[in-house]
Amino acid sequence: MSAVLPRDTLPPVIAPGETNASISATISDATLRRPTGWLWLGGFGLSVLLCALLSVGTVWLLYAGVGIFGLNIPVAWSFFIANYVWWIAIGMGGTFISAAMYLTRQGWRNSINRFAEAMTVFAVSVSGIFPILHLGRPWFFYWLFPYPDIMNLWPQWRSSLEWDFWAILAYLIVSILYWYIGMLPDLATLRDRAPNLLQARFYGLLSLGWRGEARHWMRLEKFNLITAGLAVTLVFSVHSMVALDFSEGLVPGWHETIFPPFFVAGALFSGFAMVLTLGIPLRRWFGFEAYLTERHIVNMAKMMLAAGLFVDYSYMSELFTAFYSRDRYDLAMTLHRVFGFYGWAFWGTVVLNVVQIQLLWIPRVRRSAGAVFVISLGVLIGMWLERFMLIVTSLYEDFLPSAWGLFWPTFWDICFLIGSIGLFFFMFLLFTRLLPVLSMFELRKLAHKLHPATASAPSDVEAAS
Amino acid sequence: MTARLYGLLAEFAEAEQLRAAVLRAREEGGYVAIEAYSPFPIEGMDAAMGQRRTWLPFWMLVGAIGGGSFTYWLEWFSAVANYPINVGGRPTFSWPAFIPPAVEMTILWAVLLGVAAVLLGSWLPRVHHPLFASRAFERASSDRFFLLVRSYDPNFDAQGTQAFLESLSPLSVTEVAEE
Repeated sequence: MSAVLPRDTLPPVIAPGETNASISATISDATLRRPTGWLWLGGFGLSVLLCALLSVGTVWLLYAGVGIFGLNIPVAWSFFIANYVWWIAIGMGGTFISAAMYLTRQGWRNSINRFAEAMTVFAVSVSGIFPILHLGRPWFFYWLFPYPDIMNLWPQWRSSLEWDFWAILAYLIVSILYWYIGMLPDLATLRDRAPNLLQARFYGLLSLGWRGEARHWMRLEKFNLITAGLAVTLVFSVHSMVALDFSEGLVPGWHETIFPPFFVAGALFSGFAMVLTLGIPLRRWFGFEAYLTERHIVNMAKMMLAAGLFVDYSYMSELFTAFYSRDRYDLAMTLHRVFGFYGWAFWGTVVLNVVQIQLLWIPRVRRSAGAVFVISLGVLIGMWLERFMLIVTSLYEDFLPSAWGLFWPTFWDICFLIGSIGLFFFMFLLFTRLLPVLSMFELRKLAHKLHPATASAPSDVEAAS
Repeated sequence: MTARLYGLLAEFAEAEQLRAAVLRAREEGGYVAIEAYSPFPIEGMDAAMGQRRTWLPFWMLVGAIGGGSFTYWLEWFSAVANYPINVGGRPTFSWPAFIPPAVEMTILWAVLLGVAAVLLGSWLPRVHHPLFASRAFERASSDRFFLLVRSYDPNFDAQGTQAFLESLSPLSVTEVAEE
């Protein structure tokens, strides 16, 4: 019992003594006045290089076709689909934090939701390039859209791949709008605090003239509330459709009813891991310890552990079902998955997604930002391995032994994986320089609620003058 | 000074002061053309302003019903009426399979109309506004709370309203010129 730290030893969600003035100053100055550091420049340079690699890969893909990848029959899906599922899943975590935890009134989510939503927007944007470039003839991707054309061509509405198109389309647009409309008041703060005319005009245009009028707030809050409700539905439906891409097929290892909830749990798991992977360095580099406290890390770690346990349950259920069903193909696939050529992917997934996260049961581990950061990185890698394992080990040895074959990634497979990480960080690093990284108005509201006596105290500058 | 007066702007340090000031301006001063500005949404401000309802949820509902039913109709039209194809013996009107795209479009169109309602309902985007000329107002987005009484209010009278606003013990009262 002595190892269990009482909850009260954690710092409050916002450090006491934080005022409207200090919240506005700290967070907006991180965007407006903070000099660009070498660390940022180095990271940005690296991400630009990776984006260049991605561009070269895309041009080569458009010229040469999908033959540049290691794909073949029987393994016709591999890295690209794994990347796609991985990225869109990461996005889900951000929406869940900002929407579901808004509905459940979790005050601590106010420090996280802005950059989590930014992460969602960027991850979904990155994920969208994979299914399109994987089409074989990507320039016809708009055939997925029902438009009146002289070919009398309509989409195949019964296909889960078509559902997926609508799901990504809706998810991308909704997450961008939810993010942007929620950012208007903070863009107005940046406009009003801008040190020069150029910045004032930039943020002035972006903020659309937001003035913080009472009736405007009322509409914004109502919109945020209803959209949060819809966004939760969207998280579950979009990732269920990603799962249906697989379970609608008849391949052993894919054709499972557990897939939609299993994928949603995996999405939240990797999304929380990415939020921690981004939040822990952000907190340190921008000096946001007053807003992203130890409590936030502990809470997020608990959420990640909970989502991870759902995922682990699904792994066990999959294995159990194979043996319980006694279906010879399902059994063979399961044995190949666990002990076959790609067994390392299975065992790697087990180590990263099942074993190492159990460390989060220990309060001391949860309270250590470094340990949580390392575990989250492990979860991100583990979730990519899991997608690779699910996709490739279901395909490479299917019904007919004469058709069995192995998959080997080519340089271009790896180029698109690394390049997509570069593209994500390119966008995220720009975000940290150009836009408000934490939600100032929601933090002000929270400070007013938690510390009503001090939240409106005059700023230090005024007290000194 | 040929510029006409847009209104009088009183500045407060705390959210509660603003809410109380709004209540007094409406009840004691009898002002109707007032606006309250704050750096974050204040609980109970809607009631104080006497504005309890907004049409926004209605427009989101219109978007949801419209977007969802149009998509479902489009699926029926393309797969049943316009170009029916027999795919593996499945019924041309595969109604359960048509639900997922319709659900996604229900959500998308609800949010699209919601965004339109937030912006158009608030007469945004409006990048220029008389209040932006006021230096004091720059802090409305960080740590100050403002009450504006518009000059077209029937009870408005430059001296009287100034005196009334002073009685609310604000940090300052300033004149805002029409642009």
